[in-house]
Amino acid sequence: MIGLQEYLIVGALLFSIGVAGIFLNRKNVIIILMCIELMLLAVNTNFIAFSQALNDSAGQIFVFFILTVAAAEAAIGLAILIVLFRNLKTVDVSEIDALKG
Amino acid sequence: MIFEYIIFYLFSGILLLSSTMVVVVRNPVFAALFLVLSFFTAAILWVTMQAEFLGIVLVLVYVGAVMVLFLFVIMMLNLELSKLKQFYHRYMPIGLLVAVTMAVELIIVLTPEKLSQLQQSQVSHPAEYNNTAELGRQLYTDYMYPFEIAAVILLVAIIAAIVLTMRRRPGTKHQDPGKQVLVQAKDRVKVVSIDVERRD
Repeated sequence: MIGLQEYLIVGALLFSIGVAGIFLNRKNVIIILMCIELMLLAVNTNFIAFSQALNDSAGQIFVFFILTVAAAEAAIGLAILIVLFRNLKTVDVSEIDALKG
Repeated sequence: MIFEYIIFYLFSGILLLSSTMVVVVRNPVFAALFLVLSFFTAAILWVTMQAEFLGIVLVLVYVGAVMVLFLFVIMMLNLELSKLKQFYHRYMPIGLLVAVTMAVELIIVLTPEKLSQLQQSQVSHPAEYNNTAELGRQLYTDYMYPFEIAAVILLVAIIAAIVLTMRRRPGTKHQDPGKQVLVQAKDRVKVVSIDVERRD
């Protein structure tokens, strides 16, 4: 049986790749959304690993809800992206600076 | 026993490689396709952790719906690839630093002995155990209110996505249902009496 640690380390590496992707892709909002999906996938993997290790299906129920919320978030995020592109003709993060933050 | 390890290392290797490609590849269509591969491999890893229902849900919902949505948006936007191909080297060192630090920290936290003691309670379910039935039973009993709230969240997402992307362009012709309902027969039919013409 493959232990909890191996799955948790895979989850940790996946999460770090997602974080690195947000730093590296400053040109494209779509890839940043994809990196958020990767990080959610890592978190869900951790939840399922703990659910199996503790023999408690509450972790899997939680993953179910995370998947629901993530699907809603992706739909709304892409809708915002379309409106943004329609108004500004770009998805470049460095050009979207109307708030001057 | 050794077969399990081969499966685990093969699929987690594919998962990490394809997610790295999502981050590194410049073309957003390729990134979306590599993300599909990562989701699929992650679903296989979840199935090896005896979460069969969630593995199938990941394939159906993410590969089947969310990633198709991503691809639709990428193709609709008509991005200029040459502009996107420029890499932001300015953020490369700090990004890699943060990512590597996080990975090392997480691995240090996750390797002590206590975690391996935790695995003693790990059971492999018998063949007649039904993961889907168990999750369904819990969802409809213990987690009924969160389940309904999730349904409301999905409804809100549908309405939000439609409202955000809807626009009324000037010059387009559209019907006003309110006015259509209020109309009377006499507004539509006009009886005209015309004098009979005489043939000469």
